[in-house]
Amino acid sequence: MSTRPAPAHRSPPAWPSGTAPRGFAALAAAGAAVLAVALGAAHYMEEHGHVVTGMGNQVVWGLPHVFALFLIVASSGALNVASVGSVFGEAAYKRRAPVSALLALALLAGGLMVLVLDLGRPERLVVAATHYNFRSIFAWNMILYNGFLAILVAYLWTNLERRFVPLSTPVGILAFVWRIVLTTGTGSIFGFLVSRQGYASGLVAPLFIAMSLAWGLAVFLLVQGALARWHDAPVPEAFRLRLRRLLGVFVATVAYLTAVLHLTNLYWAKQAAFERFILVDGAPYAWLFWAGWAGVGTAVPLVIAFHPRLAGPRATTIAALAVIAGAFAQLYVFIVGAQAFPLEIFPGYATSSAFRDGAVAPYVPSLPEALLGLGGIALAYLIVLAGARLFDVVPRGIDAPAADGGG
Amino acid sequence: MNPVDTSRRAFLGGTAAFAGVALAPGILLYEYAAAKAPGEAVSSAVRWGMLVDTTRCASGCTACVDACHSEHGVPKPARPTDAQWIRKVELKDLRTGAVRSAPVMCQHCAEPPCVDVCPTGASFKRADGIVLVDRHTCIGCRYCMMACPYKARSFVHEPTAGQKTDTPRGKGCVESCNLCVHRVDRGGTPACVEACADAGHRAIVFGDLNDPASEIAQRVRAATTTQLRADLRTDNGVRYLGL
Ligand code: SF4
Ligand code: SF4
Repeated sequence: MSTRPAPAHRSPPAWPSGTAPRGFAALAAAGAAVLAVALGAAHYMEEHGHVVTGMGNQVVWGLPHVFALFLIVASSGALNVASVGSVFGEAAYKRRAPVSALLALALLAGGLMVLVLDLGRPERLVVAATHYNFRSIFAWNMILYNGFLAILVAYLWTNLERRFVPLSTPVGILAFVWRIVLTTGTGSIFGFLVSRQGYASGLVAPLFIAMSLAWGLAVFLLVQGALARWHDAPVPEAFRLRLRRLLGVFVATVAYLTAVLHLTNLYWAKQAAFERFILVDGAPYAWLFWAGWAGVGTAVPLVIAFHPRLAGPRATTIAALAVIAGAFAQLYVFIVGAQAFPLEIFPGYATSSAFRDGAVAPYVPSLPEALLGLGGIALAYLIVLAGARLFDVVPRGIDAPAADGGG
Repeated sequence: MNPVDTSRRAFLGGTAAFAGVALAPGILLYEYAAAKAPGEAVSSAVRWGMLVDTTRCASGCTACVDACHSEHGVPKPARPTDAQWIRKVELKDLRTGAVRSAPVMCQHCAEPPCVDVCPTGASFKRADGIVLVDRHTCIGCRYCMMACPYKARSFVHEPTAGQKTDTPRGKGCVESCNLCVHRVDRGGTPACVEACADAGHRAIVFGDLNDPASEIAQRVRAATTTQLRADLRTDNGVRYLGL
């Protein structure tokens, strides 16, 4: 661990003359255009009702929820770099705490936007904010998400405003604890659904924590690389390599927990049919699981993270992209696949009905759903872009003497 | 309670006594006795429930389904996005090959998962066991649909037409069988029960499970009945006979 006090906290002016990043307006306009299309799609869905989506009465959560869950789960993990800085006092991490917190804030805002705009009655947000059912994990999550947003703002402030810097460590520790609770809460949304075979496992919450670490770090690596290029402030090689290795460790953890989850499910006879559906014959879920998650999302980043000849920045970017692609595949299987499989209402009977009892539900996502999901990413992108433009969050210059060892 | 309500109650009590003398006991007596005065709070002394006798339910018959949907102004379902408050499920015993048929609707769980998960409290259970959705606080998150073990709920995917005054519906909200609460509160029985009897099957019995004299309580006492997925301990108000 480095002991040199890091020059992490500098005051504005953020942009010494002549160093302001290029093309802000064009980059912002591109993001705003995607966001505008997404808002249009959400409006279209609200006007016509969800009949214009691929969702129905059996697959009730679809592609928007895949995007929203990804963004919300990744948000908590994106804060990891800041947490290592604040909680464990690592200087190289602490210098990047503002980017890390800004990214966490942006991802959470994007995810919540998608979640809210997919509601049947998004205009009733006031109702949701004034009527709480304290037995509902969903209601608790709303409190956790809003609290996290507030803590992140406070954390950013303590990092960027010189007067408050001493507070950044306690606020950082609070954020660290809060995000663990938040990810557990998000996982519990599914853990509470006892009637659904795909979710009835105590492993769901720890799996979500591991996923948040992997996905959040993958997004952080991408954003860090992009900001570095935008600002002509290259990321120190040693730091990137540490994060690359860390990404490998997180991906391996997710793989391990996922394997245990499915193996324990296979052990219970009543879960066998569901596992067969997800892992063998349920198209497209089995494909997404093996090719998408296991292949692209797990094998590719693992090889890159630990192969000495794949240590370049481009390979790291590919690993991060692969983790994100695998995350979408995994969430699609987890959310949509589990609903497509029929509920077992009459054990011991074969069932059929005009309401598709006993039958696998078809789900084909529609364009508006996909656009709404992309809108969440666009909002996150815009927040990061604006934050990086307005505040001095991108570290420049040389880091403290490169600390070695894993983060 | 104001004097008007008190007198109305007394009047209803009188009616019940009269009905008990005048009508066949066990069929209509308990209905009148339980009829609730408008404005009177529902009582937890009552637990409304239904008994579905699968040995009487005819395969292919949809009298209950049709009656329900016309009672509540729900269009005849055709697509996966259409609401279905009740449906007929055809069953085949995997070991013996025996076939059965049964309507499935909201089971009016005593421990309803839909109510537990609903973030706004729009899903709620009345003291008399009827589980309802408050149309005005439902935000359309569909978490209750994820939680219901019986696929009993539907999301309104489109603007509605042909609404009935007793059943407000609305695009973007979730709905399900309300046990014909408007009829029950006036001392009547749900539309499906009536239609099934009219079709000559009498496969659904409605009544107060807490009233030992009611037909449903007597039949539940006399024969072994099943609650669907009893392992989930939701303690359903709807019971099945012959499964
Ligand atoms: S059957 Fe479903 S909708 Fe009805 S009370 Fe139970 S959980 Fe709720
Ligand atoms: S869809 Fe409506 S009733 Fe169902 S959980 Fe959400 S707010 Fe509650």
